Amino acid sequence: MTATAETTTGSRGSQPPVPDGAVTVTVKIRRFNPEFDDEPRWDSFDIPALPSDRVLNLLHYIKWYVDGTLTFRRSCAHGICGSDAMRINGVNRLACKVLLKDLLEKGGKQTTITIEPIKGLPVNKDLLVDMEPFFEAFRAVKPYLVTYGNEPTRERIQSVADRERFDDTTKCILCACCTTSCPVYWTEGSYFGPAAIVNAHRFIFDSRDEGAEERLDILNDIDGVWRCRTTFNCTDACPRGIQVTKAIQEVKRALLFKRV
Amino acid sequence: MQFHKYDVVIIGAGGAGMRAAIESGQRARTAVLTKLYPTRSHTGAAQGGMCAALANVEEDNWEWHTFDTIKGGDYLVDQDAAEIMAKEAIDAVLDLEKMGLPFNRTPEGKIDQRRFGGHTRNHGEAAVRRACYAADRTGHMILQTLYQNCVKHGIEFFNEFYVLDICLTETENGPVCTGAVAYELATGEIHVFQAKSVVFATGGFGKVFKTTSNAHTLTGDGMGIVFRKGLPLEDMEFYQFHPTGLAGLGILLTEGARGEGAILRNASGERFMERYAPTIKDLAPRDIVARSMALEVLEGRGAGPNKDYVLLDCTHLGAEVLETKLPDITEFARTYLAVDPVHEPVPVYPTAHYAMGGIPTNVHGEVLRDNDNIVPGLYAAGECACVSVHGANRLGTNSLLDINVFGRRAGIAAAEYALAHEHVDLPENPAASVEAQIALALSEHGQERVADIRTELQATMDANASVYRTEDTLKQALHDVQALKERYAHISVQDKGKRFNTDLLEAVELGFLLELAEVLVVGALARKESRGGHAREDYPNRDDTNFMRHSMFYKQGEGLTADIRLDYKPVTFTRYKPMERKY
Repeated sequence: MTATAETTTGSRGSQPPVPDGAVTVTVKIRRFNPEFDDEPRWDSFDIPALPSDRVLNLLHYIKWYVDGTLTFRRSCAHGICGSDAMRINGVNRLACKVLLKDLLEKGGKQTTITIEPIKGLPVNKDLLVDMEPFFEAFRAVKPYLVTYGNEPTRERIQSVADRERFDDTTKCILCACCTTSCPVYWTEGSYFGPAAIVNAHRFIFDSRDEGAEERLDILNDIDGVWRCRTTFNCTDACPRGIQVTKAIQEVKRALLFKRV
Repeated sequence: MQFHKYDVVIIGAGGAGMRAAIESGQRARTAVLTKLYPTRSHTGAAQGGMCAALANVEEDNWEWHTFDTIKGGDYLVDQDAAEIMAKEAIDAVLDLEKMGLPFNRTPEGKIDQRRFGGHTRNHGEAAVRRACYAADRTGHMILQTLYQNCVKHGIEFFNEFYVLDICLTETENGPVCTGAVAYELATGEIHVFQAKSVVFATGGFGKVFKTTSNAHTLTGDGMGIVFRKGLPLEDMEFYQFHPTGLAGLGILLTEGARGEGAILRNASGERFMERYAPTIKDLAPRDIVARSMALEVLEGRGAGPNKDYVLLDCTHLGAEVLETKLPDITEFARTYLAVDPVHEPVPVYPTAHYAMGGIPTNVHGEVLRDNDNIVPGLYAAGECACVSVHGANRLGTNSLLDINVFGRRAGIAAAEYALAHEHVDLPENPAASVEAQIALALSEHGQERVADIRTELQATMDANASVYRTEDTLKQALHDVQALKERYAHISVQDKGKRFNTDLLEAVELGFLLELAEVLVVGALARKESRGGHAREDYPNRDDTNFMRHSMFYKQGEGLTADIRLDYKPVTFTRYKPMERKY
């Protein structure tokens, strides 16, 4: 196949060819641009899409061919960078990890997909929220290896079992799906939130780390782990499959029994 | 317009940028400008490992690693630089471990190592276990660990600041870098950063291709900015296609899978790599494996209904190896292709992956303005740079190594330069060209859609300038890219606002992609030989007499359609004579 480019007066207005096997879906998106709008609103777009498409493909179709002002973040498009967390049909997901085939209505009924920004963080524009409060909570738990004394010349020795102890929480991509699915976080934004606790857990349970006490002190705070009401929304929301609620429970237990 | 003054400005917050920032930030007043949030950078998508001759699990030494890197790069590697990288690899890995990186461990508790393509014992005898890894999310762990350490050291970030230009001040000794100009996505405001040193760490430009492992945001901005300043780009025709992208999607499946024993098979189940690389088979370097796969498909031995892919067979590895050592790629196959690697082979095909070329630097990260002179105050590291440690084909894991070794070196060099020098005055109206560029993009001058031009660019690059190339396909690509550049002059951006205008951002990014695509194609046309990742069907052999040299590309004049001048730079040899490349 050789693509050729012909000089034309312009391509805007024409839509790209609809691929074989495409179905028409309605994408209903919560829109808000404080630069021009007083109030948020809902916009609906009927677009062609393949069952194998990611929801991110649908958003791109709208942005590229229908409404260029639609605004959202994305980068890697396969669930690693954590940019495109959003509320899809009422649950927090990465748009690049949800496939249309898993959302299609049965029996040939036209499918409607509802997309909103994640909750609990200020909306900057459409699906794009202010991530600063989220990263502030992350930074507050000392999310780095704390050690004292001289560094060894070679690597620190860590057994396979000790390494396994905190494996789950090293998977976090800081997408905020967990934190912004937490009802406590929605009502009390001062709560550190699940993601910050997950990242504290990653170090508290690392056998090489010597900062557990400092971090546990921080998490024992009024805005720390005790706010958690164990609703498991965070665990359901995590696109990396991290047992978030379990990690929070382990931090609580470490505080109660003063040991990790 | 806002004005800032720093000692060091680092552009990009992936592995190279943050590794540089950790060094620079502890020595000099440093700002990191990134068009994303730091943890979104594509370093996080790297999977398999980072090679260093730690010899934790079997005999190894850095000289073997140097040799493998040079041979892997088809002898276009600058050998002094490769030696530095292989030597410093050991400390680079140990530094990351000390920063907290959770490497997988051996039964004795040391950093575990696994096999990877092209990394061998004693100059090619057999595959060696050299890649240090954290499951199949090594890049993710490097990115997180570096960001964590930036937090620890209080590094100052300007997130979602899109750098569009650098400031060069003319002096009697030539141009000196004095700052950078950024567009703040949140507000649409222009910021001028005066600095004594500027470090580019902006990554690659994989989005010139349709099928790619690269993120949407990898649009070659840093390379494009440097090129527009009249500074050279090096070896841009050498683009790596990673053998195992998920078929049709391009999502990366790590070479570490083959390192753990996975096997490539054609439609009849044959382990075809035995024919192409009898000694190390599936662990041959990427260029060789990608070409072998393409040939299997071209010759009708591809799998699937359209015979257009081959199969990566992991089924014999067992569920436990897949779940513990390769969990992410196992999930990618399940999520995106509904194929379970535990039970069935995964459809794969080469995917555009990595630019061997880029902004030419010396081993301190200093950017060259020609073959002999540097631009004082300007540095580059990582994929956007060309040291050149990768030559014509990068070995797997050497990019994570490159960002750590040369990111560190560039950070130290930039900070030391800043401490030893005063600020030089900025040129007059430093923001003028960026302001004009933004205003032009937002003005009404046509009805061309950014997405259409980008789609056509990616289609022609995939069809005409990918794994195999000929004079005819490359001429077609050049014709298409030049026509698309003409059309780019008539784009219209729908979003005219100032707030998070990602519509505008994509338009600007497309300008860089078009520019770099043309450089790639011009270089590929001129290089009438096959070497490493550059395979010409019409010139199937390596030609050391005429082409054992780096390409250097210079933009001649202003505007997107200005001509490109091609020059050459000698390769640095130390102890390795070019040999035929067999595996």
